[in-house]
Amino acid sequence: MASIGKIARRTFLVGAAAIAGGVAVGYYFYRQPWPNPLEGETAEGEATFNPFVKIASDNTVTIIVPRAEMGQGVTTTLAAMVAEELDLELDAIKVEHGPASGAYFNSAMMEEGGPFPQFDHSMVAETMRSVSSAIGRTLGLQVTGGSSSTRDAYEKMRHAGCAARMLLVEAAAKEWQVPANSLTTAGGKVEHAGSGRSKTYGELAVAAASIDPPSEITLRPKSEWKLLGKPQKRTDLLAKVTGAPIYGVDIDLPDMLYGTVRMSPRFWAKIKSADTSAAEKMPGVVKIVRLETQTGDGFGVIAENTWAAFNAAEAIEAEWGDSDYPADSAGISKKLQDALAGPDGSSLRDDGDVDTEFADAPADNVLDVAYEVPYLAHACMEPMNATARLKDGVLDIWAPNQAPTIIQQVCGGVLGLEGENVNVHTTYLGGGFGRRGEVDFSIYAALMAKETGGRPVKVTWSREEDTRHDTYRPAAAGHFRARLGSDGLPQAVDMRIATPSVLQSVMRRTFPSLSPAGPERLLTEGAFDQPYTIPNYRVTGVPTDLSIPVGFWRSVGNSFNGFFHESFMDEIATKGGIDPVELRRKLMADYPTALKVVETVAQMSSWSESAGAGRAKGIAFTLSFGGWVGEVVQVAQTNDGIRIEKVWIAADLGEVLDPAIVEAQLISGAVYGLSSAMSQEITFADGAVEQSNFHDYDAMRIHQAPEFEVTLLENAPQMGGAGEIGTPPSVPALANAVYALTGKRIRNMPLSKEVSFA
Amino acid sequence: MRLTVNNQPIEIDADPDMPLLWALRDLAGIKGPKFGCGIAACGACTVLVDGAPVRSCSLPVGAVDGDVTTIEGLPEGNTLHVVQQAWLEMQVPQCGYCQAGQIMSAVALLEEVDEPSDADIDDAMSGNLCRCGTYPKIRAAIKQAAELKTKLGA
Ligand code: FES
Ligand code: FES
Repeated sequence: MASIGKIARRTFLVGAAAIAGGVAVGYYFYRQPWPNPLEGETAEGEATFNPFVKIASDNTVTIIVPRAEMGQGVTTTLAAMVAEELDLELDAIKVEHGPASGAYFNSAMMEEGGPFPQFDHSMVAETMRSVSSAIGRTLGLQVTGGSSSTRDAYEKMRHAGCAARMLLVEAAAKEWQVPANSLTTAGGKVEHAGSGRSKTYGELAVAAASIDPPSEITLRPKSEWKLLGKPQKRTDLLAKVTGAPIYGVDIDLPDMLYGTVRMSPRFWAKIKSADTSAAEKMPGVVKIVRLETQTGDGFGVIAENTWAAFNAAEAIEAEWGDSDYPADSAGISKKLQDALAGPDGSSLRDDGDVDTEFADAPADNVLDVAYEVPYLAHACMEPMNATARLKDGVLDIWAPNQAPTIIQQVCGGVLGLEGENVNVHTTYLGGGFGRRGEVDFSIYAALMAKETGGRPVKVTWSREEDTRHDTYRPAAAGHFRARLGSDGLPQAVDMRIATPSVLQSVMRRTFPSLSPAGPERLLTEGAFDQPYTIPNYRVTGVPTDLSIPVGFWRSVGNSFNGFFHESFMDEIATKGGIDPVELRRKLMADYPTALKVVETVAQMSSWSESAGAGRAKGIAFTLSFGGWVGEVVQVAQTNDGIRIEKVWIAADLGEVLDPAIVEAQLISGAVYGLSSAMSQEITFADGAVEQSNFHDYDAMRIHQAPEFEVTLLENAPQMGGAGEIGTPPSVPALANAVYALTGKRIRNMPLSKEVSFA
Repeated sequence: MRLTVNNQPIEIDADPDMPLLWALRDLAGIKGPKFGCGIAACGACTVLVDGAPVRSCSLPVGAVDGDVTTIEGLPEGNTLHVVQQAWLEMQVPQCGYCQAGQIMSAVALLEEVDEPSDADIDDAMSGNLCRCGTYPKIRAAIKQAAELKTKLGA
């Protein structure tokens, strides 16, 4: 790719790796292993082998899955990696999240944070990947995100299981004075067929843990897998169908108080004046405290129950300062448009000579259009919350979160505590979607815990507070041009996209003293890194200065760039008189994995056949997080509006470890995207978010949900992630179907601005 | 104040205006019903009052005039309710946060209709939001539960 050389000559820190803030990563430091956080935490008679495995004398085997379970099935798939190597069934193990620790660093997420398409294996791209991975390891970033959990754990956790099994075998071999290779393992026991002797893992654990870990590890070959590669019964579902108290909001501690927050509705604005006296006198209210934090200004209400806290929060009278961004949606849109028209921007893709191509293009052959998408809220079903207790200089935080080591560091900093005096307990998450990688809910709870004389306080946000204080999917505007050749194919494509920087926004809230540098892939991911060959092809991202908090929203930049890129491809196909599948066949010829995905989804949906009167189909493709995904959406005109009838998905994320879980994630991702495309938008007036709850920020309901059909392919050379990849193509596939049905090319999201849905 | 929850009498000291949801969660320690919106728009807090599905976030505890059933009250001894069994069999939940509410709405539906049609399911379930998009599995599990129920003659 033409642009890589140019980028490589600049000095930069990559994507999420910018969190390093310029830390030099020495080889020695990188090689230092993290200590096992389970040492010293084990119960009497329990032994630990590595950060992922504990075995108790009663033969209870506990597997640590140090990633947030937010529905994506990590507590099943990651546990299966260890169980597979330990020769155990999934119902024979216990799964725990474990403590916050650098030992649980996520290196895979960092690897793909750089400004390179996933299929770029040039030396520069690969070097940056390994440096980024090392930064992840060195900083010990324990994060669930970037659809990276399975990829990241794949080697590590199988190794952990294998190493533990080898030690157990070794312990038995020593005791029985027989060669290790004469022993077998099954059902939680080591057995010696020759003598009929056997011992449980639990009986061997303590002796085994005192043996030095093996230096050579041979993992089970795929052909011998019993769990991996097959659908497993999920380990978390019994709790979830019985209403067990597993979420952050369910935390219950002795002597616990309840609370909520009321933060400035204008982001970053300070309180000008306030009167809390009426609120303080309300029944059940214990205390109202000022919160002045790196994520916002406002009040914390401490009460005897959540309802009393909510009521008092509403009764606080406050005047807030002005916003430092345009106060309404029109002003915000103008800011994006100005950025788009201005001179700034960096192009992560710049093939051929786009400017020359457009200089002499005959007007009839040029397509020149503008798109815009709004801010979006995450709207996790479980509103933001955290419980904190500060006692004897030790802070404990219980929170449904995606980044325990960051919470540990930031909350420790806020209260002036060392990391070892901050314990983060990660509960199950009632939805995450990127929102729960943030630190705001933990900071507020930690500060409120300072005011309760050692009593724990559970701080639950109201839905209104959650909707109005999200870290939003950024708004974005795009200006797209194409020059078509006489064959109808694009000869030149120029995409210019203006959007605020997610990375800068995250840094301002999380590590205000550091600032990211270098070109940011999040601005144009989903547009610059797609497997199309067009001779002159430029994608430019223009970071736009808007301080409304933006964050990681399921699929991040891909969520809007996928829409831009794939709707624009549909427009090109229409103008060139080429079928949209045929267009992709031609432009994707250099990428067999992509081609196969498109052909598969076309076949599944009988693309070449008409959908019938009053019906239409649309197609889109996005490569994101190592997942190559094509989706076809079929819509029908009904008396009540447009109905989404059916969605076909073909996805290739390389090796699949649990097909049922991956399929569920793809459908979930598509529903999330379709919900946004149908009706969601966050708008502003007077510097504040206008929406507040599900009545004005709704999502797809069961009567609107289509049928789904999913095919998984396994041709991609590398393993991709599953959690986010269903989202990006769902939005343009629906928009393209709506165009095919109604003739309306809707370039401003959501679609409900111009059509209505049944 | 006295309530009957899952066939047990409970005594709580609540402001009668407090929504049933918070009385259950914060005062009685019954955490099955979840808080999602507080305005009867998401269904996460659904409980049954005398068998009818009710959004507990929007019902003042002082106005409760029947027996309350939460998801904790569904199993009989060690046996899960058929709806819970079907939910497990179809592996419905993802994050799971909405599912207690979904299950309570489905239980109420199956008490009314033995073999619910797709339209019946749409009517009974569209007040229950799921941000994880488990709808296709919810639909399948309700049908599965209906079959199971007929089989067991329950
Ligand atoms: S919390 Fe009661 S309907 Fe949403
Ligand atoms: S399973 Fe997550 S909201 Fe329904």
